[in-house]
Amino acid sequence: MREKVKPEEMAEANERAPACSTCFEVPIGPIHPALKEGIRFTFWIEGERIRKVDIRPGFMHRGIEFMGTKRNLIQVLYLAERICGICSISHPLAIVQAVEQAAGIEVPPRAQYIRVIIGELERIHSHLLWAGVAAHELGFDTLLHYVWKVREPVLDLLEDLTGNRINYAIPIYGGVRRDVPPEKYPVLKNALRYYRSLVDDFVNFFLRDPSIEARTRGVGVLTREEADSLCAVGPTARASGLRKDVRQDWPYFAYPDLGVRAITPEDMGLEVQGDVYDRIVVRLLEVVQSIEIIERCLEEMPDGEIIAFPKVAALLAHLKKAEGEGIGRHEAPRGEVIHYIRLQADEEAPVVWKVKAPTYSNLMPWYPMFRDQEIADIPIVAASIDPCICCMERVQIVRGGREETLWKEQLLELSWAKTRRIVRGLGPSHVTRRASRGGADERR
Amino acid sequence: MIFKALFLQLFTRPVTNRFPAKYMPKSVLGFLAKVEEGKARLVPPVPVTEGFRGKIAYDREKCIGCQMCIRVCPARVIEFKPEEKKIRMYVARCTYCAQCVDVCPVGALARSREFLLADYDRFAPNLVVE
Repeated sequence: MREKVKPEEMAEANERAPACSTCFEVPIGPIHPALKEGIRFTFWIEGERIRKVDIRPGFMHRGIEFMGTKRNLIQVLYLAERICGICSISHPLAIVQAVEQAAGIEVPPRAQYIRVIIGELERIHSHLLWAGVAAHELGFDTLLHYVWKVREPVLDLLEDLTGNRINYAIPIYGGVRRDVPPEKYPVLKNALRYYRSLVDDFVNFFLRDPSIEARTRGVGVLTREEADSLCAVGPTARASGLRKDVRQDWPYFAYPDLGVRAITPEDMGLEVQGDVYDRIVVRLLEVVQSIEIIERCLEEMPDGEIIAFPKVAALLAHLKKAEGEGIGRHEAPRGEVIHYIRLQADEEAPVVWKVKAPTYSNLMPWYPMFRDQEIADIPIVAASIDPCICCMERVQIVRGGREETLWKEQLLELSWAKTRRIVRGLGPSHVTRRASRGGADERR
Repeated sequence: MIFKALFLQLFTRPVTNRFPAKYMPKSVLGFLAKVEEGKARLVPPVPVTEGFRGKIAYDREKCIGCQMCIRVCPARVIEFKPEEKKIRMYVARCTYCAQCVDVCPVGALARSREFLLADYDRFAPNLVVE
């Protein structure tokens, strides 16, 4: 007689059931040339068409949040900067907002503008990087080299303003560490003029190119309803026609004065189709929008202080006394990033630090995007949300040196077992696996 | 179309800086040894900007041993030498955020513009500052 099937095996068998009788199962990843980072796709393929897809993340977990709870807040700031190599200002900007909210720190207005300037410059370089990667995925390497060539000036500019190309180390709780002095305005304006002059080229090379249009129109479609119900964020949501942007909906820093409006393909007079082409359109328009925002910042930026605590020792003392919780959100180039932090008095390290990177919200939209696409479209559809897998990985359950995944049934069992323990008066201590199994048998 | 831009590119200088040599040498280490002997010329790296955050420079005389830099260093680069009340820095771990420069009360630390720090040995004399 067959052995009784364990719930996790049942769930796995359920997941593995083919979507159709003539489907082949094709695993791609976790390590694969088509993917930049470790994530596993399982495609059920009928002929050339993908019928069903399953995504299994969890290979790139680095335990950054845990590390953060072992360090003081200034060290956590630089740890946050290293969550993502491309959004290396988005995570610090989100965490400074969270900590400033928790500790009640007022930020001088000039610092708010400088934060916006650096954040928007990062958006320009991130979107150009993405455009190059997308061109490469389509087999258009000439365009990749062209785009990455024109991306260099913005990196040089960031190095000039902050001291490094990537990892700018500019924001700190209560302000910014380095001013943008008026001597630097001409350099900034020159760079912005250069990018403005390139916009026509970009439109020609990307949007009017017949081969790019043929490869991206109608590919990886995410409808407006799907984007809304699956909580897509950033350019992925906006390309589907959702006007959703943290800078517009919950303005922070200097954004309330700047009046940012979320961009959709409609702004270019196109009908929203929600495909990869629309995602290119949105990102190119956002580069233009970022240029405009920085120009306005340079005009409107007030003079004054750039930091609330000029002495780092005073800042550390203030943070040590602080108690409370805070949420920081920032519109990163890939979408909304959220940091939650809880501080306790007389504790240098945060008690809780939770990070939600934009790719986390953009994973689910992959399911409808891949449906009925061809195998050859996998790289461009996967790249179209601009995934950043290691920023997104948040949970890895390791017990006894083995990694494993808890399925819904097991979680329920753990929950029931905990209730029983509390009812018996044993206290809500950690329930071992064996106890939960035994508890489940009792129930039956 | 992209053809016009590509055609113009034929007549412009490449943006890539050919570091360390115009053509890739057979052995980079052999080439660097030749440069030291004066037999070959190094194509210089792209110059860094004024406020570049490179290797941290340490002024031993000014240091008062307050250990503030050790408290804020995110990468735990800095080690305290209790008998002398001075510090030792392992540059191989450094993330070049220059937070220690900001926090130093006596200005014993400063950012330098040195950045060619690759080495096979992480405890090489160039990578341990004391």
